[in-house]
Amino acid sequence: MTGNSILDSALILGGVGLFFGFLIAMANKKFWVWEDPRIDEVEELLPSTNCGACGMPGCRAFAEAVVSGEQAPSGCTVMGSDDIDNVAAYLGVDAGEATKRVARLLCAGGKNEAVRHSDYSGFETCKAAAAVAGGGKACTWGCLGLADCEVVCLLDAIYMNEDDLPVVIPELCTACNDCVVACPKDLFVLMPVEQKLIVQCKNLLNGDAAEDLCSVACNACNKCVADSEPGVIEIIDNLAVINYEKNALTDPKAISRCPTHAIVWIEGQQFEESSQELEKKAV
Amino acid sequence: MKGLLSFKHGVHPPENKDITAGIASRRFPFPDEIILPLSQHIGTPAKALVQPGDRVERGDAIAEAAGYISSAVHATASGTVKSIELWPHPNGDMVPSIRIDVDPNSTQMQRPRIIPRWQDVKDEDLSKEIAKAGIVGLGGAAFPSHVKLTPPKDQPIELLLINGCECEPYLTSDHRTMLEYPERVYLGIRIALKALGISRAVIGIEANKMDAVEVMRKAAPDDLDVTVLPLQVKYPQGAEKMLIKAVMGREVPSGALPSAIGAMVQNVATAANVATVFETGQPLIERIITVTGRGIRKPGNWLIPFGTKLRDVVKHCGGLTEDAAEIIFGGPMMGLGQANLDVPILKATGGILILSRDECKRQDILPCIRCGKCLDACPVFLNPQLLGILAKAERYEEMASEAHLSDCMLCGCCSYVCPSNIPLSQLFAASRAQLRKLATP
Repeated sequence: MTGNSILDSALILGGVGLFFGFLIAMANKKFWVWEDPRIDEVEELLPSTNCGACGMPGCRAFAEAVVSGEQAPSGCTVMGSDDIDNVAAYLGVDAGEATKRVARLLCAGGKNEAVRHSDYSGFETCKAAAAVAGGGKACTWGCLGLADCEVVCLLDAIYMNEDDLPVVIPELCTACNDCVVACPKDLFVLMPVEQKLIVQCKNLLNGDAAEDLCSVACNACNKCVADSEPGVIEIIDNLAVINYEKNALTDPKAISRCPTHAIVWIEGQQFEESSQELEKKAV
Repeated sequence: MKGLLSFKHGVHPPENKDITAGIASRRFPFPDEIILPLSQHIGTPAKALVQPGDRVERGDAIAEAAGYISSAVHATASGTVKSIELWPHPNGDMVPSIRIDVDPNSTQMQRPRIIPRWQDVKDEDLSKEIAKAGIVGLGGAAFPSHVKLTPPKDQPIELLLINGCECEPYLTSDHRTMLEYPERVYLGIRIALKALGISRAVIGIEANKMDAVEVMRKAAPDDLDVTVLPLQVKYPQGAEKMLIKAVMGREVPSGALPSAIGAMVQNVATAANVATVFETGQPLIERIITVTGRGIRKPGNWLIPFGTKLRDVVKHCGGLTEDAAEIIFGGPMMGLGQANLDVPILKATGGILILSRDECKRQDILPCIRCGKCLDACPVFLNPQLLGILAKAERYEEMASEAHLSDCMLCGCCSYVCPSNIPLSQLFAASRAQLRKLATP
């Protein structure tokens, strides 16, 4: 072993490499498992967000479920209808029908509407603020505006508006439930986009007591109950509650006499109007 | 302070007790309105017994215990029930509360009632009388005392520990209770010993209250096997499990109650109020509360009826100073920050701390530098550094399963020593709330 140590080591390492390469190649042949090639193809067509809104652990698992027929392509709430049709056409299955659901915030009391008793300063998350006397807002049910939901949203479907309220962009929202879990005040609900009549309030006080805390609180005045078909809206615990089983009977006229605009008719995203109003004020 | 009993770890924050320690307690005037929440204790909220419009006398039961771990509520002043409605609670929620319009010029008089002689009450019935009077632990947790005084049959109690440590800075209400009502504390001890069927008690007092040690020693009855034990001044010496460790040298197992190792801890104020029930028949309707801090004009110790609004307390104590910045129910380490002046004083409110801007300087929260100071401070030997990292990453299940979040008593030692000003115990409180939310479907 003199003088040739470079050659020796190259030969030894090369030999070892060849040996293990051969082993791996053998193992690859021996333990090869047939997998439906369509799974890879379907996965290619999926949006790869791994959001979990379909109920599967990720896009790969969803692709497997679709190929095996356990799920319909429309189970993916992230894809647009064209993409769903593509997957359905590739597999030759029915696209299935799914109602588009989005997260809605049941509070409209941003910093310009809701009263604040004291300031919170410290760790800037809603969860931490909620642990200190509920966060300092007069309305104990209301949005704290520290954006835990914006942070947790993987799809950037939530942004905070000028009023410190989270706005959900319906086109981007996949109803994955992350914001529902993140909110310490339980203000998010997932609801089908067809449900356009929404009470944007969770305040359980009535009359002036509610309005003292927030200018857009439901004060349980019963006007929306009178203005809609019987049984559609009911006042439960000083809060207007909409019976969505009768969603077909809901009508925009229910909001016409609401003194605080707690009940709203939403075609697209929430707080669109209020942010426009704010812009007007700013000009 | 060497040679005194204590526990390992812990901190020693500036005591600041001299503001009120020398001020004798005085009776507070009745406010115009009192608000009595139905949940002032740990356990099921009480069930209201009155309707709006009813007349109530001071000391009348207005809500009964709804279940075993629950506690009755009594009217703290005479008047008319205005309504039962949602009202801000010191914990930040809105809870059903009984609002009473207090009679103008109302007196301390209560309805005449038959007061049971404690010597004649059967041992096991004593806790029923205590339950009827709505007594809860006044150390801060407000756990119903009758539940504590009936330990499980398979866990006999050997030693009653009376907690006069008052390790929270600023607070002096327990100190004043010992100085002013030592006989009552001893009567309360007698009754608790009888209820438990044991004979030995130890009173633990931090050595910064040697005058209280003197008074309690002097007042000790000859026929009672009671030791008054000065303890090292260290926070959280007054935490139940730390007091047991210091006095008995035993450790309460994780997840278990002190009865598992034959100990029972009662606060001095609780003992004094148990005595009042059998002395005058008065249920738990008032207690000594320290109103202190450099944000209030006239600090002092006051005998305040429960349900008095924070607003009225502040007003009677001369109002806030110009640089008042923060109001806390309880002490600075474990107290509840308050956001609303309309919240009522509860049974568990031992102090009202109003800090000036200088006393609660805000500092920026910096990243953790892994110095390990919090590990040396944690009295239950947890790893707050790891817990904090997990809390920030929102890995709540791991906090519970790997890092023993449930053993944390939120004493705040870790937050106190953290050189990066990370509010660790606040993060842990928030994590617990989130875990509770995840557990409820």
